Amino acid sequence: MTQIAWIIPLLPLVAFAAVILWGERLPGRGAYVSIAGIVLAGVAGLAVLVEVLGGARADLTYQWVVLGSRPLVVGFVVDPLSAVMLAMVGVVASLITIYSVGYMHGDPRFPRFFAYLSLFQFSMLFLVLADNFLFIYAAWELVGLCSYLLIGFWFERPAAARAALKAFVTTRVGDFAMMIGILILFLHTGTLAFTGVFKGIEAGQLTGPLLTVAAVLVFGGAVGKSAQVPLHVWLPDAMEGPTPVSALIHAATMVAAGVYLVARTYPLFLLSSGHQALWVVAYIGAITALSAATMGVVEDDIKRVLAYSTLSQLGYMMMGLGVLGYTAGMFHLITHAFFKALLFLGAGSVIHAVATNNMKEMGGLARAMPWTFGTFLVATLALTGIPPFSGFFSKDAVLLAAYAQDKTLWALGTAVAFLTALYMGRLVWYTFAGAYRGGAAAGTEHRGDGAPGGTALGGGHLHESPPVMTVPLVILAVGSALLGFLERPFERFIHFAGVEAPRSSTTVLVLSVLAALAGWAAAGAIYYWRTVSSADLRRWFPWLYTLLVRKYYVDDLYGWVFLKAGGIVVWAAGAFDRYVVDGLVNASGWITGRLGFSLRYLQTGREENYLLLIFLSVVVIVLVRFVR
Amino acid sequence: MVTLTHYLVLSALVFALGLFAVVSRRNGVAILMGIELMLNAANINLVAFNKYAAPGAIQGQIFALIVITLAACEAAVGLALVLAAYRSLETIYVDEINLMKW
Repeated sequence: MTQIAWIIPLLPLVAFAAVILWGERLPGRGAYVSIAGIVLAGVAGLAVLVEVLGGARADLTYQWVVLGSRPLVVGFVVDPLSAVMLAMVGVVASLITIYSVGYMHGDPRFPRFFAYLSLFQFSMLFLVLADNFLFIYAAWELVGLCSYLLIGFWFERPAAARAALKAFVTTRVGDFAMMIGILILFLHTGTLAFTGVFKGIEAGQLTGPLLTVAAVLVFGGAVGKSAQVPLHVWLPDAMEGPTPVSALIHAATMVAAGVYLVARTYPLFLLSSGHQALWVVAYIGAITALSAATMGVVEDDIKRVLAYSTLSQLGYMMMGLGVLGYTAGMFHLITHAFFKALLFLGAGSVIHAVATNNMKEMGGLARAMPWTFGTFLVATLALTGIPPFSGFFSKDAVLLAAYAQDKTLWALGTAVAFLTALYMGRLVWYTFAGAYRGGAAAGTEHRGDGAPGGTALGGGHLHESPPVMTVPLVILAVGSALLGFLERPFERFIHFAGVEAPRSSTTVLVLSVLAALAGWAAAGAIYYWRTVSSADLRRWFPWLYTLLVRKYYVDDLYGWVFLKAGGIVVWAAGAFDRYVVDGLVNASGWITGRLGFSLRYLQTGREENYLLLIFLSVVVIVLVRFVR
Repeated sequence: MVTLTHYLVLSALVFALGLFAVVSRRNGVAILMGIELMLNAANINLVAFNKYAAPGAIQGQIFALIVITLAACEAAVGLALVLAAYRSLETIYVDEINLMKW
């Protein structure tokens, strides 16, 4: 299996081609084909993982073209890092695809949805297996395209269309930086293969500040795709897409691609002088983690809370990688993929039942939806880092690494742990505890996440979701609960030579758990027992509340800078085009027209005139001949 | 002594007269006559050159004969056309024959 790993991405690609061409006529309106594609890929991914655990490695390369004297070698790599990602993407994507059958039931564009999902799965598996910057960049753009298509899947809604555009354009900024970084690396090392580039850097072909710049530029791509500050604005809006998409692309896999990229190109960051590039990664991650967590506290849309949580956890992963916690960052990526996919699918199940995204119109759903509630709770405990759930182990590993490197980052990380528990506690208490605050009327008014037709929705009466949706939830819940115990084997399996995991520290461990428990307690005090009401808090800190609700004014700032100021530039360019460029073109046309208009008097239609003219011309030509 | 120049001047005069007739006359028959004049001017040139430039050759003479034949044909066709035009349009003034003019 290892030697033919290239076949894995092709399975979803075949499914995509089949579903997009014959969607309606295939079994299950294309859904079964799509599921078959990804499940086969997932099984193959697991097989690869087992083989790699047994020591198998592969680097399948072939020479593509020769640029001047530089051969361009492309191919696929199978090593522990890609094997783990392969298995994770395969499993999570399979479960989400199965879940989608229930969630998208009755949607008019049902086959197309599964076609896009398959295309995305192909792109993501391709990205994971790439062994060179060229492939990874191509796959990078492909997943971006799929993200665009799926966010804007319900393009009838202006908000969805806008969000899709925003996501595409914002990530493009990062992609551009990444391209420049890749070109710098290619220029100096003469190759695009990861191993070749790293060898070239070790040999000193690219050193000093330029290496740091190149590393940071490559990281720029990760910032865009993983929605780190300052390019984080697109991810919360991306929640306009269908919930399975949010779970698959905007929580579990695509946004984690940024983290994977940093891990994949880790030598680049490690070899930059004084670990400067790593330092940038760590601080960007920490800032993202903190700012996103604070914004999550005041958000009312259940999916957007989870989106902020994703941002925050991605920040955690980046921070982990930045503080030399290579294993910790990757481990958090894997555990996060499971519990965040579960959280989104659980939220989708809730939205399916109550037909709104607004948490304030939910409540008391624990009794109506026991399976959803149970699995959601497992995922929440995992996310908030309560032992013995998986998130505890991975988050703790990140915090340990931070503690060993930089106490500031560790303090930020612990604060984020508190905030995570606060907003997740708020979400759980709002959604599942108390009494149901919505109603049939509220349900139809705010259709929330529903398809435009509204047929896919429960329409406001509470009910548990069908088994096709709850079974994937349970499987993911098992993963979320138990993956943490694989920490030791994972460490032995995925590690970076020369980067050792720090020793365990009881202080860090106890403090992070205490922070999480404090967060839960605070959330309970405010949103359940109402010892302190949230309205009071809002009254006491109005400026803080406004700041958070306005998302630190980042969206407004971008609105001003890029839409208003940029709008002026665009207007000026438009005016230049309309009046100067078009003016020149129109002027030449007008002059030709006038010339023709005046010359047309020569065309009398009388042959005598023409004949005379011909004769006179002959005379002139003869005279000229004589004179010369 | 008649030299080549005399012939050429005569030819030029005849040609100019023919051209003048063609461009200035409205009468179709007169235009045909102008064309005949121009053709004959060419004939004068041909035989004159044959005589003075290449006395042993005969091609100039023969070519002149061919041109005369051609002129006869042309006159026949041209007159037929003029007659036909007169029958249907009752005029042989070429500036009035403008049915197909845009």
